[in-house]
Amino acid sequence: MPTDSRFNRQPIRESEAIQVSINGKKVMVQPNDSVAAAILLSGVDVNRKTPVSGKKRAPYCMMGVCFDCLVRVNGEENIQGCMVKVEANMDIQTQDGTRQAIK
Amino acid sequence: MYLSENQQSSNICVIGGGIVGLAISLGLLRHGHKVTLLDESDDAFRASRGNFGLVWVQGKGDTQPQYASITRQSASLWKPFASLLQEETGIDIQLEQKGGLYLCLSEQELQARQTMLTKMKQAANHDYPFSTLDLQQVREFFPEAGPEVVGATWCPEDGHLNPLLYLRSMTELFLKRGGKLAHQGRVVNITKQSTDFILTTEKNTTFHCEKVVLTAGLGNKTLAPMVGLNAPVQPNRGQVLVSERVKHFINYPTGHVRQTGEGSVQIGDSKEDVGFNQGTTLEVMAQIASRARKMFPILKDVQLIRAWGALRIMTPDGYPIYEQSESHPGAYLVTCHSGVTLGAFHEGPLADWISNDKFNPAWEVFHANRFSL
Repeated sequence: MPTDSRFNRQPIRESEAIQVSINGKKVMVQPNDSVAAAILLSGVDVNRKTPVSGKKRAPYCMMGVCFDCLVRVNGEENIQGCMVKVEANMDIQTQDGTRQAIK
Repeated sequence: MYLSENQQSSNICVIGGGIVGLAISLGLLRHGHKVTLLDESDDAFRASRGNFGLVWVQGKGDTQPQYASITRQSASLWKPFASLLQEETGIDIQLEQKGGLYLCLSEQELQARQTMLTKMKQAANHDYPFSTLDLQQVREFFPEAGPEVVGATWCPEDGHLNPLLYLRSMTELFLKRGGKLAHQGRVVNITKQSTDFILTTEKNTTFHCEKVVLTAGLGNKTLAPMVGLNAPVQPNRGQVLVSERVKHFINYPTGHVRQTGEGSVQIGDSKEDVGFNQGTTLEVMAQIASRARKMFPILKDVQLIRAWGALRIMTPDGYPIYEQSESHPGAYLVTCHSGVTLGAFHEGPLADWISNDKFNPAWEVFHANRFSL
């Protein structure tokens, strides 16, 4: 699929791409990408809105510190996207507001 | 305004810029005094930045009816105080007083609490609202309460607030009302020259005042003897765990677990005698997390994101010290463990006493001479 990302991948040794789903769209990514990297490359600008003020957030520190890249991964909310590697057929969804503890 | 030094401008100096010192200072400003608040520095033991945030009534003062009385007095003064802070600073400190539960995990624990609260009710001529709930009744408050919860005691006067917003709103109001905030490190010496107290700080700056109020928490222990007072306070560590924000499912505070206005679940009920160590330990964190999970099993799927240790300021009997020095009139000691619960009382009746020197005889039980009798 065409992407409209402001992030470009640096030249790397390409592996065989795997497919994940970001908000229902199929995206091809490299197997060593983090979920946060996959989001940035896919052109999704906002991965969550904050619980208190509803402000938009995107991956920022990419090293597990800032907690801005929280997303829903395979149904589980508030996962730090930069700390999780993509897996084939992973279901990644952006979040809006506070997660539910009670399912 | 912030200032580095004052030679003579304030008539009252308050030593200690935590929630106790700020509440007293706001009350003194209300009386028209010029107040300088000396706040140590960021390496101080900042109990006000580590506490849990309960405005708690049930069980407080089980061996001292006067403590139960000022606790309830403060709880009744809290709503207007919080409204004032919001009107004046725009900061909502998230005060909620719609009752709280103390959850018990064994029949024995529940029985002991019921006995204690029944005695308190008798001591208060039956004017002490509480009730004992079984698990089914607890679930009317908390549908998520786990099967290991045996029951709870409920008090309609309990509540909670956000302690960091409380600290910030008081600081802002203090500055807005013309209070002076000094950051000159610890106060290392207090002397009296004719009618003035002279305070010397670590940075060798001096402050002159007619009255001095000690609200320095654990620091009161060394400050008090400088003005003929006694503050036998000891640190007692509590560890606190904080979770990610989740939608509200704990709608009343409990003695061990509460959910903040923003949705974080805050857990903490540990008490350790470990000196001035503010750290955390895996063992205690595991204990308090395990207890919280028994109370609310769905916490097993909630991620913890932060933990800290903080030092409570405990007198030998756990009750406050409110006292004016006999040898150094004009020097006052105010120290307590429950700076949040007693906040409205400190801003009100207690600050009135320091302003007008009319000490309520009922508070004599809070003199430190009780420790040497």
